[in-house]
Amino acid sequence: MEELDVEPAITNIPAASDGKHLGFAWGPGDILAYETLYMAPGMCRHQHKPLSMFSHSCAKGSGCSFIHEVRKDEDIYSPILRKLFNESHHIFVGLQTIREDLPSKNKKTQFVSISKNYRSVIRACMEELQQVAASVLVLQVSILLAIELIWNLCEVLFIDAAPAGPLLLHLLDWVRLHKGDVDEKAREVLQSESPAEHHDYWDVVVSYVLQGRFEEARQMLVKQATLQPAARNMYKLMDTLLSKMPFYNPGGTQTLTEFDVKWRHWHEEVDRCLQDNSFASNQHLEIICKILVGDEDTLLEHKELLSTWYHFLVTRLLFCHPTVKPTELHYYAQSCMTMFLDLRSVPEPLDSILLAAFEFDIHQVIKDCSIALNNWWFVAHLTDLLDHCKLLQSHNLHFGSNLREFLLLEYASGLFTHHSLWQLAVDYFDNCPEFGHVYLELQIERVPLDTERKALKVLRICEQRQMSEQVRSICKIMAMRALRNNRLGSALSWSIRAKDAAFATLISERFLQDYCARGTFSDLDLIDNLGPAMLLSDRLTFLVKYREFHKLYEENRFSEAAKLLLSLITAKIAPRSFWMTLLTDALPLLEQKEVSHSAHCALHCGFGHDLCFSKHT
Amino acid sequence: MESVNAKYVSQKISKTRWRPVSHSSLQQPDIFATGSWDNEDNKISFWSIGNHGSSGMDEGFEGDPQLLCEHKHDGDVLDLQFLDQDRIVTTSSTGAVTIFRHHQNSQTISVSQRWPRVHRYPCDNAPCTGVVCSSPEIVTVGEDGKIIVFRADQEGVIRVIENADSSTIHAVTYLRTTEILTCILYLDDVLLPLHCVDRHPNQQHIVATGGQDGMLCVWDVRQGSTPFSLMEAHSAEMWEVHFHPTNPDHLFTCSEDGSLLHWETSTHSDMPSFLQGGRNNSMISRSAMAPAGGNQSLISTWLSGDSSKGRLETTHMLPSQTLSVNSLDVLGQCLVCGTDGEAIFVNRQVPV
Repeated sequence: MEELDVEPAITNIPAASDGKHLGFAWGPGDILAYETLYMAPGMCRHQHKPLSMFSHSCAKGSGCSFIHEVRKDEDIYSPILRKLFNESHHIFVGLQTIREDLPSKNKKTQFVSISKNYRSVIRACMEELQQVAASVLVLQVSILLAIELIWNLCEVLFIDAAPAGPLLLHLLDWVRLHKGDVDEKAREVLQSESPAEHHDYWDVVVSYVLQGRFEEARQMLVKQATLQPAARNMYKLMDTLLSKMPFYNPGGTQTLTEFDVKWRHWHEEVDRCLQDNSFASNQHLEIICKILVGDEDTLLEHKELLSTWYHFLVTRLLFCHPTVKPTELHYYAQSCMTMFLDLRSVPEPLDSILLAAFEFDIHQVIKDCSIALNNWWFVAHLTDLLDHCKLLQSHNLHFGSNLREFLLLEYASGLFTHHSLWQLAVDYFDNCPEFGHVYLELQIERVPLDTERKALKVLRICEQRQMSEQVRSICKIMAMRALRNNRLGSALSWSIRAKDAAFATLISERFLQDYCARGTFSDLDLIDNLGPAMLLSDRLTFLVKYREFHKLYEENRFSEAAKLLLSLITAKIAPRSFWMTLLTDALPLLEQKEVSHSAHCALHCGFGHDLCFSKHT
Repeated sequence: MESVNAKYVSQKISKTRWRPVSHSSLQQPDIFATGSWDNEDNKISFWSIGNHGSSGMDEGFEGDPQLLCEHKHDGDVLDLQFLDQDRIVTTSSTGAVTIFRHHQNSQTISVSQRWPRVHRYPCDNAPCTGVVCSSPEIVTVGEDGKIIVFRADQEGVIRVIENADSSTIHAVTYLRTTEILTCILYLDDVLLPLHCVDRHPNQQHIVATGGQDGMLCVWDVRQGSTPFSLMEAHSAEMWEVHFHPTNPDHLFTCSEDGSLLHWETSTHSDMPSFLQGGRNNSMISRSAMAPAGGNQSLISTWLSGDSSKGRLETTHMLPSQTLSVNSLDVLGQCLVCGTDGEAIFVNRQVPV
């Protein structure tokens, strides 16, 4: 057996009595646990936070008998998160239809825009969750935040795959997007009476500088400059430094080398200012100058403003190595993380995932995310997108399918356990070429069929995919149910749809029994209009033709009726139990004048023939 | 076709209906009701699109439906109709029929009246599949093959027609005030259940139906049991068909295949098309005999629908790749529909 990646989490079942030995059974998305009478020696219990829990009381025997349902994935039952599943399903289906033959540049733009679509769906959910503001949801909001952070980074590094130069700009955007509190603080400061004297003023200015937002920083500094006319020159100098910092322009004509030269030039100028003690009299400006020159210690002094090691990383890159190449990222990432985090603190899952991303280890990212999250949604969709970008090497797993398919199958199987979202899962299975069909076949039969309308939808799904076994099985279920409720017409339509001859025979027998019992047919509309469907089974054909015979008789078309009856008798498709009935039906015909002579004789013969037969049976 | 935005609502929508607007006012409809299905807790909800006649308003997100109120519903909502301005009738998969009242002032919903288990088998509930009402009378049909008549203000049922059929009755509509038309199946070459039916608003003998194979049929109920014209509409079951209530040259259908079609027939032809002859391979048309010397305006264009002369236009109204569109309703210039993808689409500028 393989080594485990992490220790398995332990879930407390509070309702279970102390000391009881639990039995369990796996379900599609959950575990059923029950108490047994077995006493195991020396059982101990670990105290861990439970995942989600439901208890149902069951039959009351001796001792308390409960069945506990332990479910891992609560997300699919959250009404707000459901929108995430539905909208992302829509995006997913759209993604699968992107044509393979498009030139790769166009495809990349499309993939980036699809990635942005996914992210905007996540954000929309997050905003809605935040508005609800229940305490339970705080965890969900933070998980979604983390997911979006990771996805955004993956988009920057893997899908957009920016080279040196634009890479830093994208990373700056990434950090800015996920550090929203700067704007809030800034708003607070600006709305106050005297912004330059607000206690958070310098925090805001420094935060802006740390994020490379020099325009805003300069605007803020102007306010301070007006308050201190004596230090005007200093502020002017700082303003100049800030305005002259070069930013790489991806659309421009400047090459990376040219930009690098310019940047170094500017960097030397800032350093000179520092050496000259130009800002010595104003500690805040001195700090800003040190930041601009990329002094690590100064940066680390502002840990609360940076708040995360990856912000520290991007800031450091901005002021030390703006031309960083993608392949160099992981050196800086590792060192920044080490510098930023305490030696004692254990890196959180998010940190190791981000680090793996900076190392361009896609598989590690996916693996860590799979472990950390309780729902396959994120990894399934991200992996699918990355697979479309041709970024995943084919990584054969034990089950023979590749990573993408494995994750999609897991995700879709989870969806199938949901009473409503199973319909989405069908599309996911469709896009798993190796095992999707088999999974669908196994799962679709488990969908409960309460109404005919639902059964029709499920049938349509099966018929579109040529799953004839399942079609037959579903139709049989519905037909049996109809039969049990004495809805013979309904049962017959179901068996015709399934092309189930045996069942059609059974139902026709019931019709005929009905006729024998009551003397009339119960479902004339249906029987009269079957058309070629009546050929499905012999018994059914007989039923239809027999009814036709009655119709002809009632319309006084005796010769035709006689011919039909004759053919019925001679064709021998009548059930044995019916022969006497047929013969008695023939009697009045023999008395009719219109019946042709030949028919007469034939009937006599047939009569005799069958009489002989019936004597021997 | 301008872009239509989806509003995701976390429940699969089985039915959606506009609240009727009074004929005197020229207002566009602004409130619609939806019913959900396939949930553990189903709901009926009222939504507003805030349409108060301001025509200069920007389309798009401003028109997003806002939830006004909702109420729990026992079982899937299989059909839903407005009884009057404040009350809706719903039928359930548990066989119950319920009247809900929407209190506009407090934006709450209360159960006004309920008939539990009216549709049932001897030992089980039967889903009640369709309802039609003409206040105060309500008629429902169900999988048990019964037709049941109620009055909105009376406790018990007025009349039960048992064993109207031993198949499931899928849909029902009023033909005249005293006649109803129920929908089971028809035959062309194959036996196929019909799922939906709608009557022409002005010419009551004309009825359109949609079936399991997605065919749209137009019938003249005065004449025989074969449809007047058959048109291939969809590639899967057609769930609803609606004539536009004030402009019946327009017809709307929605289907399991995820499409919503807008059919438009024009009346600008001098010669009735059945005299023009010709066939179109996407449509089989069998016209019955028109009354001799019949006035063209009396013969509905639906009965002579022949798309080969450009008289019948079809447009898709939704972006492709949606799951099944279960329900639609159209009133004035507004169209609302609900899908199995848990989304509601509202289009406020339907070209009619």
